[in-house]
Amino acid sequence: MPTDKITLTDEQFDALGAELDALKERTQADLGERDTTYIRRIIKAQRMLEVGGRAALMASIFPPAWIAGTAMLSLSKILDNMEIGHNVMHGQYDWTGDPALSSRTFEWDTACPAEHWRHSHNYMHHTHTNVMGKDRDIGYGVLRMSEDQPWRPYYLGNAAYATLLMLGFEWGVALHDLETERIASGEITLRDKLDMLKAIGKKGRRQILKDYVVFPALGGPFFLPILAGNFVANLVRNIWSFAIIFCGHFPDGTQEFSEEEAAGESRGQWYFRQVLGSANLTGGKLFHILSGNLSHQIEHHLFPDIPAHRYADMSVEVREICERYGIPYNTGPLPKQFGTVVRKIWRLSLPDRLRFRRPELVAA
Amino acid sequence: MFTESSPRRTLTQRVLGSSLVDLLTGPHGVDRYTEIVKPTWTLGEARAEVVGVAHDTPRSVTLTLRPNRAFTGFQAGQHINLRLEIDGRRVTRCYSPASSQHRADGLIELTVGHHDGGLVSTFLRDHARPGLVVGLDGVGGDFVLPAQRPARIVLVSGGSGITPMLSMLRTLCDEGHTGEVVFVHYARGAAEASYREELAAIAAEHPNVSVLHGYTRETEGSDLHGRFSAHHVDTTGAAVFVCGPPALVDAVREHCPDAHSESFVPPVFVIPANPSGGRIAFAASGVEATDDGRSLLEQAEAAGLTPQHGCRMGICHSCTCRKTSGAVRNLITGAVSTAAEEDVQICVSAPVGDVELAI
Repeated sequence: MPTDKITLTDEQFDALGAELDALKERTQADLGERDTTYIRRIIKAQRMLEVGGRAALMASIFPPAWIAGTAMLSLSKILDNMEIGHNVMHGQYDWTGDPALSSRTFEWDTACPAEHWRHSHNYMHHTHTNVMGKDRDIGYGVLRMSEDQPWRPYYLGNAAYATLLMLGFEWGVALHDLETERIASGEITLRDKLDMLKAIGKKGRRQILKDYVVFPALGGPFFLPILAGNFVANLVRNIWSFAIIFCGHFPDGTQEFSEEEAAGESRGQWYFRQVLGSANLTGGKLFHILSGNLSHQIEHHLFPDIPAHRYADMSVEVREICERYGIPYNTGPLPKQFGTVVRKIWRLSLPDRLRFRRPELVAA
Repeated sequence: MFTESSPRRTLTQRVLGSSLVDLLTGPHGVDRYTEIVKPTWTLGEARAEVVGVAHDTPRSVTLTLRPNRAFTGFQAGQHINLRLEIDGRRVTRCYSPASSQHRADGLIELTVGHHDGGLVSTFLRDHARPGLVVGLDGVGGDFVLPAQRPARIVLVSGGSGITPMLSMLRTLCDEGHTGEVVFVHYARGAAEASYREELAAIAAEHPNVSVLHGYTRETEGSDLHGRFSAHHVDTTGAAVFVCGPPALVDAVREHCPDAHSESFVPPVFVIPANPSGGRIAFAASGVEATDDGRSLLEQAEAAGLTPQHGCRMGICHSCTCRKTSGAVRNLITGAVSTAAEEDVQICVSAPVGDVELAI
């Protein structure tokens, strides 16, 4: 953790808060048809990719059809979860009054029930971003992602757990709210989480039935290639969303906070913590869409309920504001940012004293 | 038939509505796919396509709608919650169809009077085009003809209040009703009198129907003098229906207290002189407020919440939500309801003491 933590005076915090509030209000006042047209175009693209992908997989005895179908279905699931699901469930389109775009009713194409995610993500993670002990996105209860988590021999497997989490990310997200580590430590029992477990079972069963039983069965003799295509599409989506999400808060330069630091903070201080705890990704327009505009993680954490396709425009002003206040604005291309995340996962698998004695491991 | 309460489902509807298709199109549901092919292809949501737009008078626009199969019909005199999107935001307004409930082609005709500064009526006047898709969010109202049609019927309307009356008249004609029907319509002048020719044609074709026009400003061609008065029409032994501005409704009801009435103008709420000062808990949002006497919807909005709503006058039920405890007063009727766990229309309900709502 950086020892030279930057800070601002109370007056500066208030001024920062006012500037960012003003940017938010200006954008909110401008919301309208442009935004509904945008999200409906994305939804239309997703639904067409899904139908096209599933249709192509029906003919998947031909390898090109299998590849095309799997690719289309992968893209469909990525769009569904990222630019559509994640953002709609944040309430970014609640102002439209359209139930199909409502945060209260939207369900997404993953194993995780939307209702649980709205609590663990919208509330716990976004309110308590990178606060140790509050933000369960720090390691998802299974990884060591910060020096502030005391090392235990268990963490020797940090990289292995991270790989498993990446491959089965939709299930990791689904089980996120079960607080398995609190169950393991005996703090709560499985019985406390029975309703949640049932809901996960119900949603997960339908997802499995759809992708691994019914659609393959509809393909008759092509049962196995269709099943494989669906499996790969889910896998591609898992790896992609893991990479994007882990690049949001864990690359080098992002900071974690203690509960004491976050207690009683002003609106300006809250904004400040959001910037320090988040990192952006650079890339082209398509990349931003496929990342659900979480490539603008900083803007997303400042303004979680503003339609995400607006972040690119807002980021120009946010960056300028941050520069003026001397707040570091962490951004970089995906390979570089993800590289630092992978390094952190490996580094933190070892006890701190070992790491300090053998600095060459840090560079590994 | 179109107006049957439970129309038989077609094979397509049964297949699309099956649990297998629901699983395959999960978690979004089949409508979210079919609507991409054609926006009115929805099983769950009643929608309609505008197939005709006519500007018959300077102050109104008449839309002809083709509803999809999810729409289950209406009774003459009822209103439909018409939903459309203006600058990306859903808005809902109630309009009474002017067409017969038995119309053979299933089309619905709506005549929308233009209000200066009215968001929806201005939008429809300026932007409604064939191909526009609108939502039909429910049908309501008990301003309808008795199932046993009365022998003598007087239909009185003013301005845009003509639509439910015309729907009743056309419905009676389609049913081959032989009893006497007197249709009285008040407008500012002949140019603003909607359906003038249509009414003349109906009267010519049906000897039991007579039509009287009263023009209150440009009086040329008026059958009646001035505003409604008792000698304009003989209401003896007749079932009287009146729809229009409150002044007309009041005048008719003074003359015949049993008249069925509906007014298109939002009622003026009497805000209690002494708000209860109770505590309003918006439980799902974790927000609290102290009652200032206004409607729960207004107080929720003042507290920074954005509950769903439509008409804001107690008609469309878009704002209905669960009251988990406490008492509320209906601002229109004055009735106080104390039941726990009931659905209330927050746009026309004010707290009486402490109230908890699930929003």
